[in-house]
Amino acid sequence: MTESLAARVRGLRKRYRNIPAVDGIDLDIVTGEIFALLGPNGAGKTTTVEILEGYRRRDEGEVSVLGVDPQRAPRSWRYGIGIVSQDVADLSELTVGETVRHFARYYPDAGDPDQVIDSVGLSEKTRARVRTLSGGQRRRLDVAVGVIGNPKLLFLDEPTTGFDPGARRQFWSLIRSLAAERGTTVLLTTHYLDEAEALANRVAVVAAGKIVAAGDPATLGGRAGAEVTVSWDEDGARRTAHTSDPGPLVADLTSRHGGTVPGLTVTRQSLEDAYLTLIGRDR
Amino acid sequence: MITAASAGARRGPSVAYLGVHRGIIELKAFFRERDAVVFTFALPAVLLALLGAMISGVYEGSSVTSAQYLVPSMVAAGVASTTFVNLGISVAADRQDGTLKRLRGAPMPAAAYFLGKVIMVLVVTVAEVVVLFGIGVLMFDVTMPTDPSRWLTFAWVFVLGVTGCTFLGIAASSLASSERSAGAVMNLPYIALSLVSGIFYTPISALPEPLLTMGSLFPLKWMAQGFRSALLPDTILTQEVVMSWEHGRTAVILGAWCIGGLLLCRTTFRWRGRRDG
Repeated sequence: MTESLAARVRGLRKRYRNIPAVDGIDLDIVTGEIFALLGPNGAGKTTTVEILEGYRRRDEGEVSVLGVDPQRAPRSWRYGIGIVSQDVADLSELTVGETVRHFARYYPDAGDPDQVIDSVGLSEKTRARVRTLSGGQRRRLDVAVGVIGNPKLLFLDEPTTGFDPGARRQFWSLIRSLAAERGTTVLLTTHYLDEAEALANRVAVVAAGKIVAAGDPATLGGRAGAEVTVSWDEDGARRTAHTSDPGPLVADLTSRHGGTVPGLTVTRQSLEDAYLTLIGRDR
Repeated sequence: MITAASAGARRGPSVAYLGVHRGIIELKAFFRERDAVVFTFALPAVLLALLGAMISGVYEGSSVTSAQYLVPSMVAAGVASTTFVNLGISVAADRQDGTLKRLRGAPMPAAAYFLGKVIMVLVVTVAEVVVLFGIGVLMFDVTMPTDPSRWLTFAWVFVLGVTGCTFLGIAASSLASSERSAGAVMNLPYIALSLVSGIFYTPISALPEPLLTMGSLFPLKWMAQGFRSALLPDTILTQEVVMSWEHGRTAVILGAWCIGGLLLCRTTFRWRGRRDG
């Protein structure tokens, strides 16, 4: 089955000064999917991805990316991967066109620079200096550099941090269309739940260096079967009850109050709540 | 799925090809960056023009004016600026702004990065030397030597000086914690060494003994002395510390700095900034 996996991780551990950053992670990233690692800052997402990218060495565990251990990978292994890191602010004095054409030289079968610039929507900026781009345009240039070598696997590390809502939506549709057209496998890290929901086929939620939930973003943390919270006012105090079936309770309350129940609310856990429960930030 | 073997079968571009293109990109970036052009490129030229215009007089026993004496010394300082200071700042900037991170994630061997830096440094340094020579000839009536052996001297001092200062600049870049601090970190030793190497303060033999000893430990003093030996008539030797150009000693000390600088580079070079673990 490993032929259909773009990346396989077993028992990955990494410590910084004896503090575990990644504490036993297993991952299977299937070829062609968009996979999201979702979690708060400091959960270990970036460390995990940087180990997969070959930037960092692991302390323990097995890692295989495109069938190769990143720690022992030859230069040619990098022809198959593309990386969009967070916090890069380089290239400022070059133009968009110069940048993409330059990086195209690194690969044996790179894409056409003008076509790639067009596909990320920067055609009009081809002659603009990189330092004059907006945050969103810059990140789209990073994607152009990331995909210029026609990678099989693209890493996106917190790609929309600091974007305004419009720019985020534009960026999402760019990633969706790139992945669909090229069949590129995408490994995305994000701390935005809506981003994982909008982009990913599968999500793994990471907290304190461990995977606490994995699966379809829509049913994360068993939201479908989660309990319902019923609240109302009685005898001058706020009452709350948790139940998996609110019907009988509400019927009982209605008959007790003879019609309208004061301050009645019935809430099912939202995806956001499910996520916050998972990462232990609900309290 | 690709395997290491099948991926290796696709031959990628060579280190030389990538290095040359890195050099082109580096040069574009250098000359478009106003700070770099002003501080590392223009400053030595402005200093030569101003200091040369301020000092006057002819050294006893020779026809060399104070300004003419300054020219080869400032060429050495210019070389140190476009190699040591320039590289120290640009490598620190590459580390901080993500250039190194991006390049490490791309299929680009480290050798191509350094080759690109060396090409950039060589072009900028040759341009600097031409500008300084131009100022010397036009403002201070310096005559360029015609004797090929003097140009040979200039050439080997130049090669050893550029090599040593390049390695030291790359090594020193690791001392800077950020791009902003790099300017200060690199300029302090540069200006201090220029003073104790008899660049700004001429002639060198007028320096107090302890400062002279300090300057003699570093390459700048020897590079300046080597350039003076190539460009000035031997009648100026009375103004040197000893009555000889000391070519043998110059070669040994500059060569030692080349080797030491390379070792320092190899032991101190970091791909990452201090702040991102």
